[in-house]
Amino acid sequence: MVTATPAPDARKRERSLIINKLRKEYRAGQPVLRDVSLEIESRGLIAIIGPSGTGKSTLIRCINRLVEPTSGEILFRGRDIVQLTSPELRTMRRHIGMIFQEYNLVERLSVIENVLCGRLGYVPVWRAWLRKFPAADIERAFTLLDAVGLADFANQRADQLSGGQRQRVGIARALMQEPDLVLADEPTSSLDPKTSVEIMELIASRAAERNIPAIVNMHNVDLARRFADRIVGMSKGAIVFDGPPQALKDSHLLEIYGGEGWLE
Amino acid sequence: MTIADVSAGRPRQWQRFSLPQRIMRSAFYLLVVMAVLWSLRTIEIIPEFLYDAPQQTVDLFVRMWPIDWSWYPKVVHPALMETLHTATLGTILAVIIASLVSLMVARNITRSIVLNTIGRFILVATRSVHAMVWALFFVALFGPGALAGMLAIAVHSIGFTGKFLAEAIEEAKPGPIEALAAAGASPMAILVKGYWPQVKPAFLAIAAFRWDINVRESAVLGLVGGGGLGMALDSALNNLYWDQVGLVLVVIFAVVIVAEIATAWIRSRII
Amino acid sequence: MSDAALPATRRVAFPPNWPARIGWVVLIAYVFYASTILDITWDRFRSGLDHGAKFIGRMFPPDFSADKLSLLYVGMTESLQIAIIATVVGVLLSLPLGLAAARNLAPRPVAWSARALIALFRSLHPVIVAILFVKSVGFGALAGILALIVASLGFLSKLVAESVEEMSMKPVEAVRATGSPFLSVVIMGVLPQVFARFIGFSAYQLDSNLRNSALVGIVGGGGIGATLLTAFQRFDYDFVLSIVLAIIAIVMVGEVISGWMRRMFQ
Repeated sequence: MVTATPAPDARKRERSLIINKLRKEYRAGQPVLRDVSLEIESRGLIAIIGPSGTGKSTLIRCINRLVEPTSGEILFRGRDIVQLTSPELRTMRRHIGMIFQEYNLVERLSVIENVLCGRLGYVPVWRAWLRKFPAADIERAFTLLDAVGLADFANQRADQLSGGQRQRVGIARALMQEPDLVLADEPTSSLDPKTSVEIMELIASRAAERNIPAIVNMHNVDLARRFADRIVGMSKGAIVFDGPPQALKDSHLLEIYGGEGWLE
Repeated sequence: MTIADVSAGRPRQWQRFSLPQRIMRSAFYLLVVMAVLWSLRTIEIIPEFLYDAPQQTVDLFVRMWPIDWSWYPKVVHPALMETLHTATLGTILAVIIASLVSLMVARNITRSIVLNTIGRFILVATRSVHAMVWALFFVALFGPGALAGMLAIAVHSIGFTGKFLAEAIEEAKPGPIEALAAAGASPMAILVKGYWPQVKPAFLAIAAFRWDINVRESAVLGLVGGGGLGMALDSALNNLYWDQVGLVLVVIFAVVIVAEIATAWIRSRII
Repeated sequence: MSDAALPATRRVAFPPNWPARIGWVVLIAYVFYASTILDITWDRFRSGLDHGAKFIGRMFPPDFSADKLSLLYVGMTESLQIAIIATVVGVLLSLPLGLAAARNLAPRPVAWSARALIALFRSLHPVIVAILFVKSVGFGALAGILALIVASLGFLSKLVAESVEEMSMKPVEAVRATGSPFLSVVIMGVLPQVFARFIGFSAYQLDSNLRNSALVGIVGGGGIGATLLTAFQRFDYDFVLSIVLAIIAIVMVGEVISGWMRRMFQ
């Protein structure tokens, strides 16, 4: 199943995300993000760690503008996301898949309908209304459900699933968009330890399979160490650590999280 | 979706509704379309009237303006007061009777199925007949005026109020009731100290809600002789004094808005 | 804690609830006051009850003779048709209007205008609206239909707006993040959350319109209402009873149908 692909260099550029001096102030004079700059290359799982309230979630949500940045640049696919108009933003969002802490599924719809939501950016409105999605999309949805291990649940209502299963649906939905970038806002915070590992495993492997970067917020440092290719530590709205997991030392953790005596 | 499908490389299918479901839904939609077509066919819509409509509407509003405020103090104000009293007294009377009927209907208070059914029938019958029809009836009985209007409001409200009250009573927690009964309380005491405190918030909310609706209803009952603003409206309409009609409409609108605000305030205070 | 340390006051187990007591007194006083203003006296009531006995006598047995039956049939079918059209059109239009009035979905000026419009529709009694429409489009069923559409919009759109404002925005956020156009966000993110309640409201509105369709005729909006009014004015009380029975029958059938509707779409 090979389709024509642009030259490797161009693909690499397409999937790079460059954040320049991103600033977000919910209240004037109290920035949650202080001129954050970050370059994400074309593949790998990047874990963002840091205490609550430090701006991790704001950073992630600024990338697809679910939160509006106050100032700064976010360059992706050759455009500055911050400057896009509404229709252009919609087109851009197709290429960014997002996974949420609380799964954010439409509870009353079935699993397969939730996954098909990932194609809504590509199909005309009437198809959504009549639920007449193209056969290729339906096939792809089933394949994705196989890949996340939920093939038998296609017609179950989303609210009948466990937390871990719901997050798998969320992952399938994000992947359905055939994104060039995956964002995950604390995808495992509502899950038990075993399920958390399974979900991280899924995100890491699917992103690697597609050769796309995945930016994942988390507050579990062990999970970050285990699955990330690169760790970005934030404290009080600024990046204080940026490097491979092996380079993350206790001293860095103290700087990121502050406090004493919680490290063993 | 079969194994054969998958292994043959044919794409898997999905449909939102199973075949029987789709048949039922299509049948329903078909029924609705047929009902609408049947209705449209036999309704006579005289085209001339339709073309005339915009002009008639404009004419209507032009005639209503300027509003004849001078009519307010002598005729409309007493009528307004009459409407408010009709609504309030009617609601009070309805609440009293509905409380008794709801006790009859609530299955945790009355075990007898016969009484339950009689109570339910009373509630359904009073609800199905609109307040205006009751007003026609009471006007024939008591003559035109606020008495007929008040009774019409009261009787019509019994249906809704009784139904909601019965539901509130049935939802009361059995715990406190059992405790009181175990302590040897009389049925009256159980009602007052066991059920009433639990039902009170719902009771007041329903009463306020119903009062709000009754203000709206009382305003128009006068059109058939039930007193209040409706009668002022009726006489103005009969004489084709559109500026007075405009006045009454504005007053009705204002009183309905005020009643809604008052009700919302009361409900926010008790809930 | 020893008794000696307690102050020597008498503690009352059930202190009198003065606000409530005053409330009851005010209520009873009001009832007497208002009754006087409305000229409600026991005498009037009693003579009315006397009338009532005679009245009820004249109502039974209900009149189902042939000519009355055909009048009844014509009037009831017209009322039914008015109710059907008004409900279908009202349901279809109330969805967009209700969505436009939802403050978490629509931009502020749009939401406030929609809410103002809905408030206007709700405040006016269907009978009054019918009178206005009779003036604009003439006597007959069209005025009745339009009046009931206005009433349906007022009721349904408000409930739709409230349901949308109460729903969870999380799925909506997620669907937006996929780059989907606004309407698709509504279809897949908003509607599934409010649809079940909407069906319940629509069923209730069908019921309500069936009841009200009998009314609008009283002021010229077509249907059985006019027949009823005439019967009263002619003292044909036995016909009045048959009309009222027919109305109750239709309303009960309507309740059965709305029960089916609710179950099918749940």
